[in-house]
Amino acid sequence: MSLLKVEGLQVHYGGIQALKAINFEVKQGERVALIGANGAGKTTTLKAIAGLLKLQQGHIFFNGNAIDNTPAHARVGLGIALVPEGRGVFAHLTVADNLLMGAYLRHDRTNIRSDLERYYALFPRLAQRQKQWAGTLSGGEQQMLAIARALMSRPRLLLLDEPSMGLAPLIVKQIFNTLIEITQEGVTLLLVEQNAKLALQTCERAYVLDEGLVSLSGAANDLLKDPKVIHAYLGA
Amino acid sequence: MDIFLQQMVNGLLLGSIYALVALGYTMVYGILGLINFAHGDIVMVGAMVTLSTIGVLEGHLPIGVILLVACLVAIVVCVLMGLLLERVAYRPLRHAPRLAPLITAIGVSLLIQYSAALIWGKQYIALPELFKPSQYVWAGVEINALQIFIFVLALLIMASLALFVKHTRLGRAMQATEQNADSATLMGVNTTGVIALTFAIGAAIGAVAGVMIDLYYGQAHYFMGFLLGLKAFTAAVLGGIGHIGGAMLGGLLLGVIESLSAGYIGDLTGGLFGSNYRDVFTFFVLIGVLMLRPSGLLGRATTERA
Ligand SMILES: Nc1ncnc2c1ncn2[C@@H]1O[C@H](COP(=O)(O)OP(=O)(O)OP(=O)(O)O)[C@@H](O)[C@H]1O
Ligand SMILES: [Mg+2]
Repeated sequence: MSLLKVEGLQVHYGGIQALKAINFEVKQGERVALIGANGAGKTTTLKAIAGLLKLQQGHIFFNGNAIDNTPAHARVGLGIALVPEGRGVFAHLTVADNLLMGAYLRHDRTNIRSDLERYYALFPRLAQRQKQWAGTLSGGEQQMLAIARALMSRPRLLLLDEPSMGLAPLIVKQIFNTLIEITQEGVTLLLVEQNAKLALQTCERAYVLDEGLVSLSGAANDLLKDPKVIHAYLGA
Repeated sequence: MDIFLQQMVNGLLLGSIYALVALGYTMVYGILGLINFAHGDIVMVGAMVTLSTIGVLEGHLPIGVILLVACLVAIVVCVLMGLLLERVAYRPLRHAPRLAPLITAIGVSLLIQYSAALIWGKQYIALPELFKPSQYVWAGVEINALQIFIFVLALLIMASLALFVKHTRLGRAMQATEQNADSATLMGVNTTGVIALTFAIGAAIGAVAGVMIDLYYGQAHYFMGFLLGLKAFTAAVLGGIGHIGGAMLGGLLLGVIESLSAGYIGDLTGGLFGSNYRDVFTFFVLIGVLMLRPSGLLGRATTERA
């Protein structure tokens, strides 16, 4: 069964129709990429799934249930976590408090503690900066924090919006290796990336968005060799 | 010398009440970017309700119980008003241009004032003499037990609020909502509820401030929320609007400045201005501080706000 299924999704911003009719699904345990040019509607799709935007048409099913009318804050409790474009860390909270905010809906104190330890071990830079305001972190550290914070909710589905943006290649590599490690423990991943090559190398399947529609989809390995993809997104 | 000390003590006492009122302005501003102009009037209602409750209960119960009940009634009334205000006047305008809720706030402020005038009349209402607080003289400074009680209670309230915001789960959610409402939602925070909670806490603290004003001045008036609100808002801006510690510092400072200027303005100006000019002087200080530190004493530079 698919963990996430999006059917005929339409979203408007005022007069602008950002999503025309998006269909796709993500199965439990998969890593799926959403790629496309600037303005294709990738961020809009993720925000709609997280509940930050209203749908004009269509449905979103999570774990078999329609969540169209579930408010955004309640979707977190269902197991959906979004790491937004631009990271959205709480600049004037400490790193530790940012992580605790990730566990806002959880009440299992001892497990929260052990999860904290775990992400500090996974991202040692965060451990060294526990008491620092998140706004003082570098871009890469903020991205690590945003990912770890999302994971603190113990999501079933992790939505990531451009985690590589503005980061040095070495850091990107570190973060993506960590992501693969985490998904191997059962977290399902829906990844939006400008860097199509990286996305296709990281994920098993992908959908290509083009002006608010899905124009292509398939196994990541096939898309990497697809002449249309190579021409439009891999810059060869 | 003892005039100076006496004015300092008076100023800190008055300032602690300003600080409590200022907290209501600063917390709402922090979370909504909105100046809740009606907050001073909510405090006025708290003061009025307290006087009415005391009037009803006087002679039937011990003083301490009367004051406690009056305070609880004021808190309940003010919290309900704060919640209603948020729900009816501000929530529908959350995504409207900034000027719209500001105008609504002014309208609500007038509505509360004139309703209060209808209920309680336009004359001053006096607090009946409930008891004679014992008077102390120490290093030439006079202070009574009631004043000490007000000051200590104000400090306790401020400390509890600071601890709540900094160290509890809900307090962290308030800070998170203030810093980035979308991100807070993505953590599972019901930001609408957090905003309502913020109004409720501000109103509850304001209600206690209203009780203190009754005790401090011995009277209340339907229009007193206006100047009080203006001063408390000034205190919040002085400390750095949106900053809780700033509102506390700003309130205390404002009280001291006001009190010292009342005591010395005559001497300093060779008798040209009397102590009734203290408010003018106080606002001059505000303008001076803002010229040097536009974001207030403890405020963050506005560019840092997301
Ligand atoms: N708040 C908004 N108001 C109006 N239009 C918007 C808004 N946000 C996005 N859009 C429009 O919706 C379309 C899709 O935007 P979206 O941010 O989803 O694209 P994207 O694929 O994430 O692009 P990028 O790769 O640049 O992040 C664009 O045409 C954009 O201009
Ligand atoms: Mg985007």
